[in-house]
Amino acid sequence: MSPPEDRTLSDYRSREQSVTLSRLDEPLVQGGETSEELLTLNFGPHHPATHGVLRLLVTLQGEVVRDIKPIIGYVHTGIEKTAEDKAYWKVIPVVERMDYLAYYFNAMAYCSAVEKLVEVEVPPRGQYLRVIHLELNRIASHLIWLGTSALDLGAVSIFLYCLRERELILDLFEMSSGQRMHTRYFQVGGVIEDIPRGFEEKVREFLKVMPERADEYGAILNSNEIVLQRLRGTCPLDAETLLGLGVTGPLLRAAGNPWDLRKADPYCSYDHFDFKIPIGTVGDNYDRFAVRLAEIYESVKIIEQALDGLPEGPYITEDRKVALPPRHELATSMEALIHHFKLVTEGFRVPPGEVYAPIESPRGELACYVRSDGSSKPARVHMRDPSFVNLQAVSHMVKGSYIADMIATVAMLDPILGGIDR
Amino acid sequence: MEVKRERLPRAVDPSGLRVRDLNAHQLLRGSELEGPNRPAHLEGEELERYVHERVLTTTLDSAVAWARSNSFFPLAFGLACCAMEQFHAAGPRMDIARFGFEAFRASPRQADLIILAGRVSIKMAPIIRRLYDQMLEPKWAISMGACCSSMGVFNNYALVPADKFMPIDVHVPGCPPRPEALMHGVLKLRALVQDKAEPGWRGRYDAVGTEERP
Repeated sequence: MSPPEDRTLSDYRSREQSVTLSRLDEPLVQGGETSEELLTLNFGPHHPATHGVLRLLVTLQGEVVRDIKPIIGYVHTGIEKTAEDKAYWKVIPVVERMDYLAYYFNAMAYCSAVEKLVEVEVPPRGQYLRVIHLELNRIASHLIWLGTSALDLGAVSIFLYCLRERELILDLFEMSSGQRMHTRYFQVGGVIEDIPRGFEEKVREFLKVMPERADEYGAILNSNEIVLQRLRGTCPLDAETLLGLGVTGPLLRAAGNPWDLRKADPYCSYDHFDFKIPIGTVGDNYDRFAVRLAEIYESVKIIEQALDGLPEGPYITEDRKVALPPRHELATSMEALIHHFKLVTEGFRVPPGEVYAPIESPRGELACYVRSDGSSKPARVHMRDPSFVNLQAVSHMVKGSYIADMIATVAMLDPILGGIDR
Repeated sequence: MEVKRERLPRAVDPSGLRVRDLNAHQLLRGSELEGPNRPAHLEGEELERYVHERVLTTTLDSAVAWARSNSFFPLAFGLACCAMEQFHAAGPRMDIARFGFEAFRASPRQADLIILAGRVSIKMAPIIRRLYDQMLEPKWAISMGACCSSMGVFNNYALVPADKFMPIDVHVPGCPPRPEALMHGVLKLRALVQDKAEPGWRGRYDAVGTEERP
């Protein structure tokens, strides 16, 4: 089988069917016989190890991956287009459903973009409440990543352990907002409601439990020979290549580059907190695993500090043009009633302009680009989703390694297809 | 030394379960036990009650349906957000294993239940249809969440409700549904498979039989 070199690939379909069958530079097995035969394997979109509906066209030589092509779009939901048809504050629920493990982050990116456009200041209590929920969500996201990745590596029980802890976080979300997922807690200008009584104690209970449990996960996985053999030294990629590909987040930090927007460009009063950025040294799958596991501890630290220093005051901006008036004012104040009516029917108008608001999501730089034409609906909402950008690093990572390592790499990549396809 | 073997005197309790069973056996056959353990003659209503209490009658169909409905093999298949709640339904708190649903299968050929957890895009619909076709009969489908039941909050060009391209047995509403809601849907499906489906509002309004049949 010879590679189709001279074929000009124009349309999507022919590109999908033809895979570059790159020739071997060096023999795979030293001293042994290598097979020249190449095999193209379709992997997904329904496959338990692809973390969603990702499709990978893998060209194999024996057991070694020679070429890999991710094909996406199987959960394309048209969220960005839908957002253009909704008032600014009604966009939040659809935007939340993009990266469905990091819903607070989606809402945060979008809200901070709109806040920059309308120049609204979030009060300190609102910022701290946001930080608490963002970091809780980061832990929840990492727990699902850890559970499903361990499942791919053959460790079943850790999945159940991770879900056990995630239930605690979802309980907290339910307490503060009434929903387990897609809470719509973040509002333009702050958060929609103050935390209920008893929330702080519940969070503190959780914070007491979580580091111990994370210790357990580390102890279980770090003493598992199979997991270590499948992670250590497999599919490394250096920081320069990753930066060239635009990869951010734990993948980049695992390669030794301490780039974290919470430190590099502090938003939402992240500069008030004392925390560390865990980085790796080699940039292999084990480092990716270790960095994320270490981030759980750092998130716990941040939440503790945010709870300790939780300022009193309003949780949402007093600007009635943007934020809904409190319920009790509606019965007494005509002004409040008018504002409420205007906000609920038309929404607030945003001065024309465009803005790009990046934040650090569990997977990297999650940013929202919003362009306004002066009406009450955004002219364009675009998300720079880290999973999408990180996915293109997968071929650089796995080329020339075994197919089993590809599974581990896709797991450690932590792609969320809802965010990739949107 | 001589060993003497002799049978111990039998202490048979005539009210013992095994003895009564044997007696019932004989009785049903028409023959009678001889000896002191011979039961009193049962006749008429007494006999009927005796038999009714001791014999389980069922049809093969309902026995098979009972077995099937208590050991579903769902397809390990997640599309989007709802898949996370599906995890949680299988997780330690809800523990779907209590109802025999925990054996998620990676291959559609080994599964008999597909839970569509998430949004179905137009690109994904033919693949889901193929997965459904690959499943062996009998098979069931649960549409989990608003998106794949009615396109949910999005309702735009990209999505297609699951009913458009495959038969769905149970719809679970929610965005995403809580694990409890999925569990409720799964139990509804169990009742459906056992042919004891709740008619819902049709029962309350005396409208059973007005269902639209495909």
